[in-house]
Amino acid sequence: MKHRLSIQIGPVAFRIGSAWAQPLDALARLYAAYPEPEDGICDFTVRLEAEKPWRRYFRPSVAIRGDYILPDAAPLSLAHGLLAAEMGMNLQMALGQKRYLLLHAATVEKNGRALIMTGESGAGKSTLAALLGERGWRLMGDEFALLDMDSGMLLPFPRAVSLKNGAIAVMEAQVAPGRFGPRLEGTPKGDIRHMRPNRNALSRMGEGAMPALILFPRFGAAQAVRSVGAAEIFMRLTQASTNYVSLGRRGFDSLTRLIANNPALAIDYPDTDSAIGLVDDFWRELAA
Amino acid sequence: MAGPVFATDPEAQVSAVELDGLSVLFHAPSGMTHIVAAPAPQILDALRIGPADAGELLARLRAWYDFESDDEVADAVDARLEELEAAGLVRRA
Repeated sequence: MKHRLSIQIGPVAFRIGSAWAQPLDALARLYAAYPEPEDGICDFTVRLEAEKPWRRYFRPSVAIRGDYILPDAAPLSLAHGLLAAEMGMNLQMALGQKRYLLLHAATVEKNGRALIMTGESGAGKSTLAALLGERGWRLMGDEFALLDMDSGMLLPFPRAVSLKNGAIAVMEAQVAPGRFGPRLEGTPKGDIRHMRPNRNALSRMGEGAMPALILFPRFGAAQAVRSVGAAEIFMRLTQASTNYVSLGRRGFDSLTRLIANNPALAIDYPDTDSAIGLVDDFWRELAA
Repeated sequence: MAGPVFATDPEAQVSAVELDGLSVLFHAPSGMTHIVAAPAPQILDALRIGPADAGELLARLRAWYDFESDDEVADAVDARLEELEAAGLVRRA
């Protein structure tokens, strides 16, 4: 490939190749403070290629390729090349990760214990995690929770936070401009702006934490808290896992252990401040 | 008249975890996970003694549990056997 970049994110090393300089320049700026893979060996390769050879010059359109591909992944316009790189990295993780049980969830840590937040897209887990990461918590990841199947520990995967639509302004009001990527408008997911996690999150990306609580947040309704039964959590988490089925009995054992050892709550919240208040309250109760 | 005889996999092939009164089963031969409620786990346990038809299965369950009405339990066992067979957790011997 003409342009290349390697990035270490937590325990996972990526190599991204691109037919164009532009998406990789944006990616390099966004991931400026991340280490390079120590031994130069990468777990996953992402390639951004021209959809058709001539389209590299004429109405360029980016196709996402890699070791694992979805046949129907639609090409993106070159203006959204950074999004294509991010989606490519997520795709490789979702389809190829075999070392960890992967949950589509955000994780934050405080006092050595981790909080897992999972829910449907739009439930606000990414925004909540990003906000908590600026308010005394360590952001471990906004997209994937990596559960180590031997130790039961969660490992950080602090890639750039993908902020969508309304969440962009919320974070712009709190975080220095230098930590943001370009605003990508009119993508298939609406407006998107990536945000680099803070120094604390990056310098501790090798440091895992044992889980303490599983939360199912839902944005938009009046504040409410209810406990979630273990069988329901199990079902929700198998749905939230991209690789549960392929891990067989090891996945079953680690997921049932996670559920047996941790309480779970569903919360409805009308605004992010009330959600952060609830989370801080839960943490105080758990520590007491 | 004896009905079909059913069999299931040995305990080593099926990991079971109790969650909230439900049982979560990992069925190693198929790699599939099932969430089941009583009396499905009890039926599987009773079939592990050896293959049995519905009548024999009911007799084994009766030895372990107190039933108020045999007819209702017999209907439930028939219905659960059909579901467990469809799920691949029991098969005809």
